[in-house]
Amino acid sequence: MIIELAFYLFSAVLIAAAAGVVFAKNPVHSVLLLILCFFNAAGLMLLLGAEFLALIMVIVYVGAVAVLFLFVVMMLDVNFEQLRKGFTKFLPFGLGVGGVLLAQLIFVFSNWPAMIVSPRQPMPDPTQVTNTEALGRILYTDYFYIFQISGIILLVAMIGAIVLTQRTRGGVLRQNIAQQTQRTREETVEMVNVAVGAGIEIPGDAK
Amino acid sequence: MIPAPLTVEHFLIVAATLFTIGVLGVFINRKNIIVILMAIEMMLLAVNINLVAFSAQLQDLTGQVFVMFTLTVAAAEAAIGLAILVIYFRRAGNIEVASAHQMKG
Repeated sequence: MIIELAFYLFSAVLIAAAAGVVFAKNPVHSVLLLILCFFNAAGLMLLLGAEFLALIMVIVYVGAVAVLFLFVVMMLDVNFEQLRKGFTKFLPFGLGVGGVLLAQLIFVFSNWPAMIVSPRQPMPDPTQVTNTEALGRILYTDYFYIFQISGIILLVAMIGAIVLTQRTRGGVLRQNIAQQTQRTREETVEMVNVAVGAGIEIPGDAK
Repeated sequence: MIPAPLTVEHFLIVAATLFTIGVLGVFINRKNIIVILMAIEMMLLAVNINLVAFSAQLQDLTGQVFVMFTLTVAAAEAAIGLAILVIYFRRAGNIEVASAHQMKG
């Protein structure tokens, strides 16, 4: 009973928050509803017995991805009222495509054949081994190379994001050490014989 | 194991609805790239729920391992997508999808 109640509560809030993300007028509200979405999805995963993934979901999505979205939404000075125009233009088309897709998915899922396959990685008894330990046992052994590749993907994404957003501003004076040490006396110092009382013109001095 | 009164179909239908809302978000928010990126994240979330549901149904941990890799790729995709969005905004001054046609041949 309590399990069912929890399932329907999490699902209802999840679907409502997802609809809010799409239909919210203010993108900041969209991001906050997206965070609510992730929390409820984490609740559903807890119901399914995947505690580690549920908490990783909260940490990675809410702690990193959603905050990244929030930063970008707040830092871009976009006229969001302008972006709302033409919203209803694509609504019938979108509802049509979405309705067809949903009908197809529900048709497939309700006619799903009972699968009898032998598990490749059988799940150990949850009373003996925790979910985190069971995942760690196979992640660092059988899936070790894929694990390393996912680390490389993150590294590439990090370098890519930094390189993309880095910019060199004009008008900023920077020290160029190579140029500084290569300067010779001839380029910088000029000896001038000055007539008494005449003065000289300073080269490069703006008048 | 999926707790007793619930079946795998319950979770599959929730995930299907979530995925459909994500597709809808991509279609109807034709102007705001940020909301499109958020809708893509929601679609990935729906896929993750499906993977975990089947993992619990089949008593197979492979699905849960795969969710971790999906999460990795989703995080990388969000970072790169938002970086591209930021530099696009710097160049163009807006983030409208319709005005992003400068690479059109």
